[in-house]
Amino acid sequence: MKRSALVTAAALLILALAPLALPFLQFVLTIAIAKGFAALGVALLLRAGLISLGHAMFYAIGAYAAAFMATTLGITDFALLIIGSTAISAFFGVLFGLFLVRYRAIFFAMLNLAVSMVIYALASKLYGITGGTDGLRVAVPTVFGMTLEKSSFDGLLYYTAIVLVALLGYLVHRYLKSPLGHALSAVHSNEVRLEYLGVSAWSTLLTAYGISAALAGVGGAIAALSIGHVLPEFAFWTESGHLVLTAVLGGIAGIAGPFLGSVFLEIVHTVAVGYAAEAWNMIVGIALLVVIFFLPRGLFGLFERLVGRKSTDGEPTL
Amino acid sequence: MSDVLLKAENLEVAFGGVKAADGVNLTLNKGEFVAIIGPNGSGKTTFLNLCTGYIRPVSGHVWLGDKEITRMAPRQIARRGIARAFQIPQLFTDHTVVENVMLAIASREGIWQALRPLDRREYRAEALELLELLNLRDHAETIAGTLPEGLRKLADVTVAMALRPQLLLLDEPTSGVSALERFPLMDTLMKAMKARGVTALFVEHDMEIVENYADRVVVWNAGTVMAEGAPAEVMKDPRVLENVVGVA
Repeated sequence: MKRSALVTAAALLILALAPLALPFLQFVLTIAIAKGFAALGVALLLRAGLISLGHAMFYAIGAYAAAFMATTLGITDFALLIIGSTAISAFFGVLFGLFLVRYRAIFFAMLNLAVSMVIYALASKLYGITGGTDGLRVAVPTVFGMTLEKSSFDGLLYYTAIVLVALLGYLVHRYLKSPLGHALSAVHSNEVRLEYLGVSAWSTLLTAYGISAALAGVGGAIAALSIGHVLPEFAFWTESGHLVLTAVLGGIAGIAGPFLGSVFLEIVHTVAVGYAAEAWNMIVGIALLVVIFFLPRGLFGLFERLVGRKSTDGEPTL
Repeated sequence: MSDVLLKAENLEVAFGGVKAADGVNLTLNKGEFVAIIGPNGSGKTTFLNLCTGYIRPVSGHVWLGDKEITRMAPRQIARRGIARAFQIPQLFTDHTVVENVMLAIASREGIWQALRPLDRREYRAEALELLELLNLRDHAETIAGTLPEGLRKLADVTVAMALRPQLLLLDEPTSGVSALERFPLMDTLMKAMKARGVTALFVEHDMEIVENYADRVVVWNAGTVMAEGAPAEVMKDPRVLENVVGVA
C-alpha cells in the first residue's frame, strides 16, 4: 500500500514537472487528464461488465455546462464552473441512468450511443442556444475574483487538474473498496445472487452511472476551460469510442489505468501528428494489440509491476 | 404467539398450460427442517421461486410470519428474512470466499456505505467465524469460482446464512456432490443451522438424506402436495412409493 502510494505520488510529481522541461506538454497533458477523467467513468461501468458507447455525452455536457454558466448565467469563477459542470453532468447521468441501467450488454452499449447522438444532434442543430457547429466560446474565468492572463490561467488549470486527479482518484478508490463498489463488480459476476442478498442491482448501477457521468463532467469542464471553446464533436460517437479505447488500453483494475491510457494516447497522438500524421491510427492500433497480447491488465499492469503487487486474481482485467 | 414461520395459501402458477403450482397450501413452523421431494418437473423449485419472489403466482398468498410477501421482489423478501442457496451455487466468482461472505454481511447491515471499506475488522471476524462453522475457514482467501462443487455448495449456504435469515431455502444441497461427501456436507449444514437457530426448507431427491435429516417431508406431484408427515410414515404411503420414490 505504501509503495503504491509512493509510486502514485512520484507519477503525479513527474506529471507536475513535465511542462517545466517541455512547455508544449502542458496543454497536451491537461487534455489527457480531462479525457482520463471521462475514461475513468467508462472504466467504472466496465467493472460491472457494461460498455458505454456514448459516454462522451457527459464529457460534452460538462463542457457545455461550463460554457453556459460563463456566458448565460454570468458565473465566471473557475472553481464554481468546475463544480457546477460536474453537478450538472451528474444530474444528467442520474436522469439518463434511470432507464439506461435497466439494460445490459449490447442493449446498454447501443442505447448509450443513441442518447449520445441525440445530444450531439441537439448541440449541432440548436444554433441559437448552442452555437450549432460553431460551438461556444469560453472566456478565461476569474480565480477567486482575480483576472489572470490566459497563459497563467492555463498553468493554474493544469495544476488544479493534477490535484483533482489525486483527490477524486482517492475518493473513487475508496468507493471501489466499499461494499457499494464491490456490489458494482458483483453485478458483473452474479446479479441474481446480489438481488438475493437484498441489494438492488439497479440502484447499484445507477449510483455508478451517476458517478461516472460526474467524472466525465469534470473532464469536460477542464477541457472547455483549457481549449476555451466547446463543440458538438465533444459528444460525437468517435469520442465515446476513444474513451472506451483509453479505458481498455490503460486498464480498468485501478484508478491510474485510464489516466495512463489517456496520457499515452495523447502523447502518441501529438507526436504522430507531427511526424507521421497518416500513420496515427495505425500506431494506436498496434499499441492496442501489444497491450491485448502482452498486458492483459492494460498499462496499469506496468504500474502494478512497479509497485510489486502480488496476487491479482479476482480483480478485473480488460 | 404463533409458531408458524411460512404459510402458503392456494398458490397457483402455470407455464404454458403446465401447472407448476395448483392450489398449493403449506405451513412451515419455526425451528423445523422440512424436505420437499417429488419427481422432476413437479414444481418443487417453482415453490422456492414463489416464496422468494423470483416468480409471482397467478393467485394465492405467501406469508412470512404475519407479513404478506406474495408480490415482493427477491431483494425485499431477502431483507425480510428469507435467504436462499441454489441448486447451482450462486457466488461472486471473481471475489474470494471471505469477500463473498463479507458482502452478504454488508448487505444485511446496509450496502449504502460508499467510503467505508468492505474489508473491515468486524465484518471479517464475523465472516471467518461463519466460515469456521461451515468448515470453510481454510478456503477463506480462495477465489470462489475456483472452489470444487462440494465447497461451492457450502460457500453458497454460508453466504445465505450471513444474512442471518429466519428461513433458509436450500435447493438440492447434495446434488452434484459425490456419494461419499453427501453425509459430511449435510452434517456440516445441520450443525451450522442448529447453531444459528435457522429454520430450513430443502428440496431433495436423495431419499437417504431426507430420511436422515428432515423433521417432516412434503411430497410434491404435478404442482400439488400429495402427502406430508414424518419421513418414516410418508415413505410407507403407497401413492408416494408409486409416484415419487420409484422415479425420484
